Amino acid sequence: MGADSVGVVNTQTVRLFDSANPLRLESGAELSPVDVAYETYGTLNADRSNAIFICHALTGDAHAAGWHLGDKHPGWWDTMIGPGKPVDTNRFYVIVPNLLGGCQGTTGPASPRGGDGPAYGLDFPILMMDDLVRVHRALMAYLGVERLYAAMGGSLGGMQVLQWALETPEQMERAIVIAASSRLTAQNIAFSAVARKAIMSDPGFRGGRYAQEGDNPDTGLATARMLAHITYLSEDALSEKFGREPQFSESNPGFGVDFAVESYLDYQGESFVERFDALSYLYLTRVMDYFDPLGSDNATDAIGANPVNWLLISFDTDWRFGDEHTRRILRALERAEQPVTYRMVPSKWGHDSFLLEVPRYLETVEAFLGRPL
Amino acid sequence: MKRDLSLVSDFIPSGSRVLDLGCSDGTLLAHLFENKGCRGSGVEIDPDAVLEAIRRGVPVVELDMDAELDAFGTDTYDVVVLSRTIQTLRRPEAVLRQMARIGRKLIVSAPNFGWWGNRITVIRGHMPISKDLPYEWFNSPNIRFTTLVDLQKLFEACELQVEQAIPLSPHGNPLRLRAKAANLLAGAAVYLLKPNPTGNLGHPSLG
Repeated sequence: MGADSVGVVNTQTVRLFDSANPLRLESGAELSPVDVAYETYGTLNADRSNAIFICHALTGDAHAAGWHLGDKHPGWWDTMIGPGKPVDTNRFYVIVPNLLGGCQGTTGPASPRGGDGPAYGLDFPILMMDDLVRVHRALMAYLGVERLYAAMGGSLGGMQVLQWALETPEQMERAIVIAASSRLTAQNIAFSAVARKAIMSDPGFRGGRYAQEGDNPDTGLATARMLAHITYLSEDALSEKFGREPQFSESNPGFGVDFAVESYLDYQGESFVERFDALSYLYLTRVMDYFDPLGSDNATDAIGANPVNWLLISFDTDWRFGDEHTRRILRALERAEQPVTYRMVPSKWGHDSFLLEVPRYLETVEAFLGRPL
Repeated sequence: MKRDLSLVSDFIPSGSRVLDLGCSDGTLLAHLFENKGCRGSGVEIDPDAVLEAIRRGVPVVELDMDAELDAFGTDTYDVVVLSRTIQTLRRPEAVLRQMARIGRKLIVSAPNFGWWGNRITVIRGHMPISKDLPYEWFNSPNIRFTTLVDLQKLFEACELQVEQAIPLSPHGNPLRLRAKAANLLAGAAVYLLKPNPTGNLGHPSLG
């Protein structure tokens, strides 16, 4: 643990909605209770103006930086957050929650219904991006922050930031949207459809009642992760990491794991099953499928009246949410006369670049957050 | 700030929304934000300059002006600036037309290949190198060489009306010169242009 780490951190949990004050969802349904797991790093300053809100991606959690005791790896965005890092915890107060619908401490489909019943399963209400953001707002209020220095996130995290900024731009000075999309293409939806099919057709899924029935769709969830993981990396990245190397000292033709890349994907799938819930995967991928915040004529009215300082970043080898997705956001924001900074950063790693040590990307975020307004 | 940047700045009304094409490290925009209450963005392709512009608080869009100005909306900027950059473009005509679509006023400055010193160098059998065109032919970023007279022909073709034209000496000082003299004596010039869909030309020009 170096001097640029936030050190040992703990995840906390708070009940933000209860039966007296349920969460009203976009669909009209009500949800209670809603507990939110979150971490914070750094210190909120006296005028409460230095808060940065981090929105995580599909399979992330509240543990973005520093170390949990006994872990082999730091938080998922430890390259970005820490003392002297782009999101400098000497300067900023950083808030990171687990998403609504997730499975790492925040209420989701695997949570007990009503707080003490059996798991919701498929009776959990369908979520929209706006519902995720409503919970973020409640956490922000709970922590005593009225206006964010910045909200930021990559992939699904960037999509939450986009939704949030378009709807209540007065709540943030800056919005950082990385490797995200304002509207999935048919290909994007298709990948998620195959992943969901793998989960739901696993006999262990048991119509979504696997928790009560002591089962789990391990194979389906692992397959979903394997497929998705391929789309998170570029072809060159896979070639560089594995090439056509055999997994064992010599090749053994057959249908077992023989190439190194197969072993890697198997490992990705198996370790994912350990930490992630199949129903969360279904609900959160669906949130992305239906997301289209620029689809209406008045989509940019609020930011027109209350401009946000935007940073949009794409990666040239990202083929999951490629540069054309970010360009679409850029065009809409330019038409709304927003101050926008946009870069397509060269990186060989594909979509996952937003989690990795890509110097030009990290420098860009650091420069943007450091700058005066 | 370079003298012709301060001339460009003088052309820009306070409070304007400005798009600076080829904004480099954002010097002009930072100056306009600070001193004239302007807002706006730059376009730049050099990665180090982009980072520098971000650091000084200038919104900057990193893309290729020759091909990608469709990212900007029609009539979304009061002023679009192209300062000492037109000579580096592959498609200057397409860029001028995009500028006319995006902005209500245009400012273009360009080095003058027709400056007398350049003419003498060419007569002597060499490619010109001067304060305004300071590169060898083989390492120059400049790929389009024009005289002021010929530049104005392109403005006409793009239906851009010249509202003001200021020829500059090789040291960057404004010159009071008529058009033909400017084509011989000016090292560069700054133009204030207005998109002119009616085709009604006939204002002062250097041509």
